[in-house]
Amino acid sequence: MPEGDVAIRIGGAAGDGVTSTGEVYAIACARSGLHVTTYESYQSVIRGGHVWFQIRAANEKRYSQGDTFQLLIGLDQQTLDVHAPLLSAPGGVIHDNDRHDLDEGILPEGVQSLPVPAQAISMDVSGKPLMQNVATLGALAHHVGLDLKVLHGSLAKMFGRKGEEIVKLNETVAERGYRHAAKQHKPFEFALRPNGEGRLLMSGHESLCLGALAGGVKLVAQYPMTPASGIMHWMAAHAKDYGVLVKQTEDELAAMNLVIGANFAGARAMTATSGGGYALMVEATGLAGMTETPAVIVEAQRVGPSTGLPTKTEQGDLQMVFGASQGDFPRIILAPRSPEECYEAAWRAFNLAESYQCPVFILTDLYLGEMWRTVEPPDFQVPIIRGLVAEDGGEGYRRYEITESGVSPRAFPGQAGLMFIAGSDEHDEKGELISDIRAGLPEYVDTRTRMMEKRMRKLETALNEMKPPELWGPEDADLTIVSWGSTQAAVRDALEILKGTGITANSLEFFDLWPLRVDEARRALEAASETLMVEGNYTGQFHRLLRAETGIALGHALRKYDGEPFYPREIVAKAEEVLRGR
Amino acid sequence: MAVEVHVIKSDTKPTWCPGCGDFGILNATLKAVQATQLDPKDLVVVSGIGCSSNLPHFLRSYGFHGIHGRVMPVATGIRLANPDLTVIATGGDGDGYGIGLGHFIHAMRRNFDLTYIVMNNEIYGLTTGQASPTSEKGMVTKSTPWGSIEWPVNPIALALSAGASYISRGFSGDPKQMATLIEGGLRHKGFALVDVFSPCVTYNKVNTYPFFRERVYKLEDEDHDTSDLLAAYEKAHEWGERIPIGLFYRVDKATYEEEEPALSRGPLVKQPLGLSQEQAEALIQEFR
Ligand SMILES: Cc1ncc(C[n+]2csc(CCOP(=O)(O)OP(=O)(O)O)c2C)c(N)n1
Ligand code: SF4
Ligand SMILES: [Mg+2]
Repeated sequence: MPEGDVAIRIGGAAGDGVTSTGEVYAIACARSGLHVTTYESYQSVIRGGHVWFQIRAANEKRYSQGDTFQLLIGLDQQTLDVHAPLLSAPGGVIHDNDRHDLDEGILPEGVQSLPVPAQAISMDVSGKPLMQNVATLGALAHHVGLDLKVLHGSLAKMFGRKGEEIVKLNETVAERGYRHAAKQHKPFEFALRPNGEGRLLMSGHESLCLGALAGGVKLVAQYPMTPASGIMHWMAAHAKDYGVLVKQTEDELAAMNLVIGANFAGARAMTATSGGGYALMVEATGLAGMTETPAVIVEAQRVGPSTGLPTKTEQGDLQMVFGASQGDFPRIILAPRSPEECYEAAWRAFNLAESYQCPVFILTDLYLGEMWRTVEPPDFQVPIIRGLVAEDGGEGYRRYEITESGVSPRAFPGQAGLMFIAGSDEHDEKGELISDIRAGLPEYVDTRTRMMEKRMRKLETALNEMKPPELWGPEDADLTIVSWGSTQAAVRDALEILKGTGITANSLEFFDLWPLRVDEARRALEAASETLMVEGNYTGQFHRLLRAETGIALGHALRKYDGEPFYPREIVAKAEEVLRGR
Repeated sequence: MAVEVHVIKSDTKPTWCPGCGDFGILNATLKAVQATQLDPKDLVVVSGIGCSSNLPHFLRSYGFHGIHGRVMPVATGIRLANPDLTVIATGGDGDGYGIGLGHFIHAMRRNFDLTYIVMNNEIYGLTTGQASPTSEKGMVTKSTPWGSIEWPVNPIALALSAGASYISRGFSGDPKQMATLIEGGLRHKGFALVDVFSPCVTYNKVNTYPFFRERVYKLEDEDHDTSDLLAAYEKAHEWGERIPIGLFYRVDKATYEEEEPALSRGPLVKQPLGLSQEQAEALIQEFR
């Protein structure tokens, strides 16, 4: 890795404290002004099982978790056996040689053994072995040059609710580990500068929750499902203070229909789920489309099909979300690329849903949604746009009035003189059904056509608010790497690496997926000398959409469906292969 | 403001078959709404899909005619967003006791404050006569040409177990009593069930008007104690020669809306949108 850019990995069994150790380290790095990215690999078991957490800290902004890591904390034997050979030099393995055996023969050249008597320190300080991971954390902090005070502050943040005594003990243990490393280990020259102004550290879904609050969310209805559950947990924890009604429903069918009911009554409401749960919301998505009721749906993708790999990431639900529910109706799909964009997508989604009275999807995934990164502070002054709403008492009110924009004025129950029935059957401008005794009569055949066209026109109107793809990097390049949503992270880091290989590449990134800014997309693709589409699914779901809409076939594809996020070097290797073949 | 029946009745003519039991339910509903003097702008009638679920179109109030089986979550979404609104949920036996059964049970145990009128004709009407969850064992329908081999659900007993706080049954042949039951449901604070025998004259040749007329008797005529849960269970299981209609059970208990902290400041729809500066700053602290 380049200078001033260090990734570390902590591994152990579930229950060893891998997550809390990693979190304290990530917080300490963020508080030290470093740019942090993380990736935690966990399994769908509650105890046991192997967990590892990678945290990358750098002087400059980085996007992905990085390809390599230089320091490893092994909290169990399996971690030492499995992860130590993967280290890159200069680097080291922090481990407790009283408890585990590190086979130094498996270490790559330039990687050293960094033993810390972690259990002994913990026993000595607290009388219990529980804080051994904190001792290793102290050693780690020393090697990357973190200030001990910052580490103490981060421990206090993590363990503060357990009481002052526990915090103090943790601080002492950390300090002993720190001093041990200072005395016994050879120092590294990582050139990290951990002394800047503190940064905010959050996951994509936490950022999304903030954006939803800023955008005026009033109700969240959800049924638990990884990786969307975190949204419900966060919202529930903040519900009282921020006036949000969080309802755990009996299933996803209920969640989606409840959100529609609440939006119909005039409250900004959203649901969040993963693919399997969204499959149960499909019929109601069409209900929102037909009744022109706003609804915000976070679809946090994980590996499918079916239960798939519940704790692994994929971009495999675009096609489902794009085509969900019978018939044609307007829908909007946002696929944020980063935590910052999750924030923006959330408040925009409410504005778009109310402006165009249709379902709006925020398509995230496990990788983007759950992994922590440092972010720029969000702007809390966001516009709130409630769209067209009728005035009380208007004579001759037509809820589904045919307009040029396709948008008709809404009315909320409680408003005088505007009573109407929202119906899932086809209806006329007033909302009266044309589906039974009127169906097939020539006049109503025409009404059907006009109502359909009215609704679909909203998509054309909404297109003005959709953002075109962003071209990142030099305008002229040998290769244009095309991606959507969270894959931005690995692509941007790949561009950095490619800079050193003599290949010039740029990145064409899509995030407002539907309605698609086809003209800009086509122009960007036409301007590219060679294209490589990178996405996390088997069939190239966005690739096909792009080809269908622009008529342009992309040159090459890199697809991944192993449950892991993209790594920059995979993209670099593919880019080299593509250009070598020219 | 006195609300007359003609004000809450819409101009849309029901498309039900002549003689359909649902007409009686419509009339009773109109009467009950009138009796409560509810302003129709504050009333939302929510339904699913079925012949019966067309009912919202025949009232001049707000309405939501949703999809099959999902009347409960839509209705509760409206209640949670704005508890100032009165919500009547309605639909058929297939809608509420078949495809929507799960939602029905959960809505009752949560004791949402709404009135659920089920137009129970023991058949799927709109889809032209298949067995429904309340079809009697042995009933011949299009989907059970040799007679249904399933036992029907017992909505009253189910509601008693699930925790509904107002549990009643009406009969379309007695719109007066039914109007009283619906009015009672509207005035009750909590989940009110009004299950109604509503004959489908076209597809159900068993559970006809004469079938019920010969059998039903009124609970209020027999000194039934509506606060006695066990007595209510006993009545719920009466079937055959004599079938009870009327109020089975009523109890006062806290509604979901009363206990939901987010509603303590008033309806969600009346709360300001977005974050104050202090709130924003407090939130940011969590991520430092
Ligand atoms: C998801 C779904 N499945 C099936 C249907 C078809 N369908 C429409 S109404 C109905 C049953 C109606 O029976 P009930 O709810 O008892 O109403 P009734 O017509 O008897 O009043 C069915 C199965 C549908 N509309 N949606
Ligand atoms: S089919 Fe039956 S339920 Fe439907 S309208 Fe006719 S009589 Fe009523
Ligand atoms: Mg029926």
